[in-house]
Amino acid sequence: MIDFVGKKQWFFLGSAIVIIIMIISLAAFKLQPGIDFSGGTSMTLSFTPQVEQNQLRQELTALGYPEAIVQRSENNFFIRIKEISPEAKEVLISGLETGFDTEILVLDYNAISPVIATHTARNAGIAVLIAAVAMLFYIVWAFRRMPSPFKWGTCAIIALIHDVLIILGIFAILGQVANVEINAMFITAVLTIVGYSINNTVVVFDRIRENRTRGSSPDFAVTVNSSLTETLARSLNTSLTTLCVVLALLLFGGATIHYFVLALLFGLLAGTYSSLCIAGPLLVIWEKKEWSQLFPWLSFPKKAA
Amino acid sequence: MSKRNSYLLIFILALLGLALWSILPVNAKLLGPNGLMLGLDLKGGSQLLYEADLSKKDPSISDAAAMAAVTEKIQRRVNEFGVTEPTIQKLGLDQIVVQLPGVENITRALKLIGETGLLEFREQKFDENGDPVINETTGELVFGNESATAIGKDGQEKALTGQYLKRAERDVDPYEGPIVTFEWDSEGAHLFEQITKRNLEKPLAIYVDNKLISAPVVQSVISDRGQIEGRFTLDEAADLANKLNSGALDVPLTLIDQRDVDASLGADSIRKSMIAAGIGLVLLLVFMLAYYRLLGLVACFSLGVYGVLLLAIFSFFPITLTLPGIAALILSLGMAVDANVLIFERTKEELRAGRTLGAAVETGFNRAWPAIRDSNITTFIACIILFWLGGTFGAFMVRGFALTLFVGVALSMFTAIVVTRTFLRFVVGGRLVTNLAAYGVRV
Repeated sequence: MIDFVGKKQWFFLGSAIVIIIMIISLAAFKLQPGIDFSGGTSMTLSFTPQVEQNQLRQELTALGYPEAIVQRSENNFFIRIKEISPEAKEVLISGLETGFDTEILVLDYNAISPVIATHTARNAGIAVLIAAVAMLFYIVWAFRRMPSPFKWGTCAIIALIHDVLIILGIFAILGQVANVEINAMFITAVLTIVGYSINNTVVVFDRIRENRTRGSSPDFAVTVNSSLTETLARSLNTSLTTLCVVLALLLFGGATIHYFVLALLFGLLAGTYSSLCIAGPLLVIWEKKEWSQLFPWLSFPKKAA
Repeated sequence: MSKRNSYLLIFILALLGLALWSILPVNAKLLGPNGLMLGLDLKGGSQLLYEADLSKKDPSISDAAAMAAVTEKIQRRVNEFGVTEPTIQKLGLDQIVVQLPGVENITRALKLIGETGLLEFREQKFDENGDPVINETTGELVFGNESATAIGKDGQEKALTGQYLKRAERDVDPYEGPIVTFEWDSEGAHLFEQITKRNLEKPLAIYVDNKLISAPVVQSVISDRGQIEGRFTLDEAADLANKLNSGALDVPLTLIDQRDVDASLGADSIRKSMIAAGIGLVLLLVFMLAYYRLLGLVACFSLGVYGVLLLAIFSFFPITLTLPGIAALILSLGMAVDANVLIFERTKEELRAGRTLGAAVETGFNRAWPAIRDSNITTFIACIILFWLGGTFGAFMVRGFALTLFVGVALSMFTAIVVTRTFLRFVVGGRLVTNLAAYGVRV
């Protein structure tokens, strides 16, 4: 039997460090909003014959778009500029074609007005909040026969916030180092992770509920730990099978959904970890009210010596 | 083997047969006789989101009536334009989503759909001395800012606009090239006659959406028909006739969100995700077989049933498949295995505890059920919220993902509880394999 509950302070310490790093990166770098949330125009162009990224940047500046963001994606170029009219788009494309003496295929083109983008960003925020609250209510209801279902719900939500913060932090860092933008699909990934993280936690909690009802041990810590161990095979196997398909999507699914799948992948790993190492042990601490056990080093810094 | 289980097995096989029949023949593009409905991101096309300025509508009609009228007029224009399977929908209070699959010339479509299409005539302006007013910088004649009016049959003064048109058509004039000819209804003819009479030998300006098209000199009094010349291309003349026929939009529209995907990108996405799905599926099956042995084999069969049923549902209803939808399908494969894993782990525990095979399978199912039920409900909640979110800004990609994941998870619960259980009872009850090692349990 693996002693999850006994090692809980290490999990909490590890998670706390990671979460603090994530919060700092979020505060320092911010998330790079894509055009879904900030408005503007983006397009993916394929050139025949091919052009160089530097030349493309110069040409865009010459055409009056010095602020253009140019990224290479496989053999194509992703360009992001301010919101332009359909006529300006025609001028831009033909300007590039004559400038480079090349043929351009517009693979995708998105133009979103800042007004609706603000609206979208607000709705996305509301959606994530509603999801978290709905999950809390659901767990409180599902575990209503337990002595204090609200504690169960809160522990699951803390594990959930843990997972979401990790994803947000990773994408803030990716935004800083690789200009990765967040878009509507990113929010979709976050909400999927919300569902997945709670899903895992519920499976663990379900076993704790069952073992507690059967009265397997008078010590709640032992009940939780044996429940974690019993569900370990399931947790790992399910994560592994889901990981198989997510990895396949990441490696072979193409550029369009690359970052969406990457967000899912990190969420999957974080969700598996937090349901095992955070939600359950946290419930033990809360039930026993041993809050000093969260970070024993803080209360008794010299004790180890 | 119980009688009930035999019935269930027959039911499942019949369902599988029905599903297979509905999705066959599988060929490169289509799945079954109807094929799968592909979203714009997979088959290529444009999605346009328009916002209507309801403050500019005729106050005598309600917001809803104005929006309904605009939606219908856009529908007529798009039908005339010749796009296959377009969809035009009202979104929220003041937005309209237009989906144009496979549209080639999007700039042309944008002009056709979004421009109001208000036809009016304006008379020449004269100063106090009765001389024509001339724009000093351009040297061109100046026309009034108001539409020309005349007295209608009911004695009221009315502006002559496109609303009195019977129909408009593109034509080709040997000298002018492409033109638009039109025919007035009786009220329009009555008004037009008066206007041409008082403007005889004078230029009469033709405006569409406040833009001067041309200002021909009126040669004779005409009533029921006329033509618009404006150095049009064939497409421009056709689109103007189309706009005039559908009628002017009741409120002005602004394009607030445009998303175009080229068909080649869509085809590439389909190809790549098929490869990803294939590889993911093989990895998954190998893992299940290696870890759960015979149970894994049963899971592979029920996953097969799951896949066929899922495709059948998609082609039957039909649910539009988008790229995120495919990702959801592949993800749901991973999640579909979860219910099986939960059941198998429980069954193995019961076997280790020394129960007989039959009893272990039954207890395993009963014990796993609350966890399967409770945990999947959380995914359902997330899907419902995503579906709502996608609807608020016409994000069919987000909706596609949410709907697909919902259907996938719901179906995975069904296959785990009904299909896997029936197969397993068949294997166990039939005493086909009794060696516990085959179930992945070390004895």
